[in-house]
Amino acid sequence: MKDEHITYKGIVLKAKIRRIIGAIIVYSIVCIPLIPIVLMYGWLIIQAFSGKPVSWLIPNDIPGGLSKNWRFLYGPITKGGTVLYRDFWRLVFNTLLLSLGTTGLVVAITSLAGYAISRFEFRGRDPLLKSVVVLHSIPGVLFLIALMYLLNYLGLYGKGFWTLVTVILIKGGLESPMYTWMLKGFFDAVPWELEWAALVDGCSRFKAWRKVVLPLIFPGIAAVSIFAFLSGWGEYLLVYTYITEAENYTLSVALSDLTYEFLYIDYGMLAAFSLFYMLPAVIFFITTQKYLMRMRVIAYKG
Amino acid sequence: MKEVSGTSESIEEFIKHITSILHKLTERFGERVKRAGRTIFIILFLLPFLVSLVLAYGLPSALSVLMSFTDMDLRFEFNWNNPWYKNYYTIFRAADPRIPTISYVTALYVGATILINAGFSLVLGILTTYCIRNEFVSTTLRLLWFLPRITPVVIYALLWQWFADPRVGPLSMLSRWLGLGEVSWILDKPYSQILMIVVNGFVGASWGMVIYASAIRTIPLEILYAAKVDGASDFKVITNIILPLLKWPILFVTAWQTLSLLGSYVQILTIWNGFAYTSGVEVWSLYSYHSAFSVYRFGYSAALAMVIVMVSLALLSIYFKIFGFRRMLEPSRIEV
Repeated sequence: MKDEHITYKGIVLKAKIRRIIGAIIVYSIVCIPLIPIVLMYGWLIIQAFSGKPVSWLIPNDIPGGLSKNWRFLYGPITKGGTVLYRDFWRLVFNTLLLSLGTTGLVVAITSLAGYAISRFEFRGRDPLLKSVVVLHSIPGVLFLIALMYLLNYLGLYGKGFWTLVTVILIKGGLESPMYTWMLKGFFDAVPWELEWAALVDGCSRFKAWRKVVLPLIFPGIAAVSIFAFLSGWGEYLLVYTYITEAENYTLSVALSDLTYEFLYIDYGMLAAFSLFYMLPAVIFFITTQKYLMRMRVIAYKG
Repeated sequence: MKEVSGTSESIEEFIKHITSILHKLTERFGERVKRAGRTIFIILFLLPFLVSLVLAYGLPSALSVLMSFTDMDLRFEFNWNNPWYKNYYTIFRAADPRIPTISYVTALYVGATILINAGFSLVLGILTTYCIRNEFVSTTLRLLWFLPRITPVVIYALLWQWFADPRVGPLSMLSRWLGLGEVSWILDKPYSQILMIVVNGFVGASWGMVIYASAIRTIPLEILYAAKVDGASDFKVITNIILPLLKWPILFVTAWQTLSLLGSYVQILTIWNGFAYTSGVEVWSLYSYHSAFSVYRFGYSAALAMVIVMVSLALLSIYFKIFGFRRMLEPSRIEV
């Protein structure tokens, strides 16, 4: 009798130990590779408020960091007396222009095309869908090279603000096929009957699209907007390649330029600049992450 | 009377006949108007999309095919090469001394990173969905894994440059502590290549993880319960139930990740830029970028890019054969 009792207890204990070991294995597989990530992002925050280089997440000279690192917000960015960037807020303005312009363009294009592709059978619909997939698999550098020729041909290379506007148009065009796909899925999920009801009640097709369907796919449009905004906010290659004047740079190109100038020298300013630059992305992401994680994006361009 | 009534009847019939014809005609006309309206509607709705598709994708693609047969430089003239395939000859006969190194680096980069992006992400997907049941913990972990993807690429590059900084970077401190001596993880060869793979792996892992996680969530719980009741351990459930069901998502992620890795170079460009070749991390598409925008050989770089396009298209056609078109776009349908 007593023996059985002990073996029963032993089995429970064994199961418990096994479960704990399993949990340790699981958590170490998921968490150990995350150590560099935690170190890097933690460093970004702590270094932004430290005056001296930080190695292991221990703040180093906070008063100095507060007085030195964030100077770029209200004064020119200089190195050894030469002014690199006169006005930080101009960079912010350019970046906002690029990301909001991209968002507007993408939303306009995809909400129209997504609806047409979702609702109508027409000749060339299937080839169109397939071509989008094929185009998406073509490496981006190809477009970069050919667009350089086009910009030069049209006289838009090195034309300051107008080049930035062109970059916005290119960015919007490059982004929209993928998001059209995504939004088509949302249109597919809206039942036909709603539109029929609207059409029977005397709505025009356009009005049915505008007043009945669009409000229903608002979550989809919101998701596309956020993706497009973040993609524009982080865009690097197009601006780096096509824009020649520092005053029309965006935050990304300015930061890469500053990294080149100040790496190993002034980590504090670089971290502060990065933290400011990263804030919108993180805020957007945390507030909408539940939603975005569920989204199936076809593929990404690395 | 009879006659009159007869004529009136025939007149009535005649009028009826004519009205019916008229009616049919207007109906047809109306239908035609309707159909035309529909066509115009479709065209108007698709127009912005088609214009952007042609201007951003179609025209540049066609142009770069043409450019790849020229020796275009900063003067941007279409000078056709003498044997028209000269650029391709240079590439395929390896008359360019850098081609063998770059092919090797590209193969290493794609082959090793895919192990993280499709393989390790599978582990992550299963562990964060099936093994870690606490919703809050698994969401937080997934969020952390997502950070590199949502970070603007320039910041991500800065973070790694600090991480590998020879003076204050934890990576260098760690390698000194491990007895590797004074190595530069950015510039010294085997280390820089490892770093290149890891840097891109962190970006790519989260994508596969999300695809796998959403696929696992569509597995009917009854199956898992049945296995558990029959006494299967978690490990058995994973290897015997979840993995076989994930066959299509695994293929899907591998397929798309190979394609996007072949064309990706931004992370390498932002971290290494001028030192990429000497550090052994210059992949094919980065070489194409450098040929165009560092030494301004636009014709040659277009040919280099066309080689990736050819490889990508070949891969894509194989994938289409394996998957069919539908499956290529819908990763997470589990077929039980």
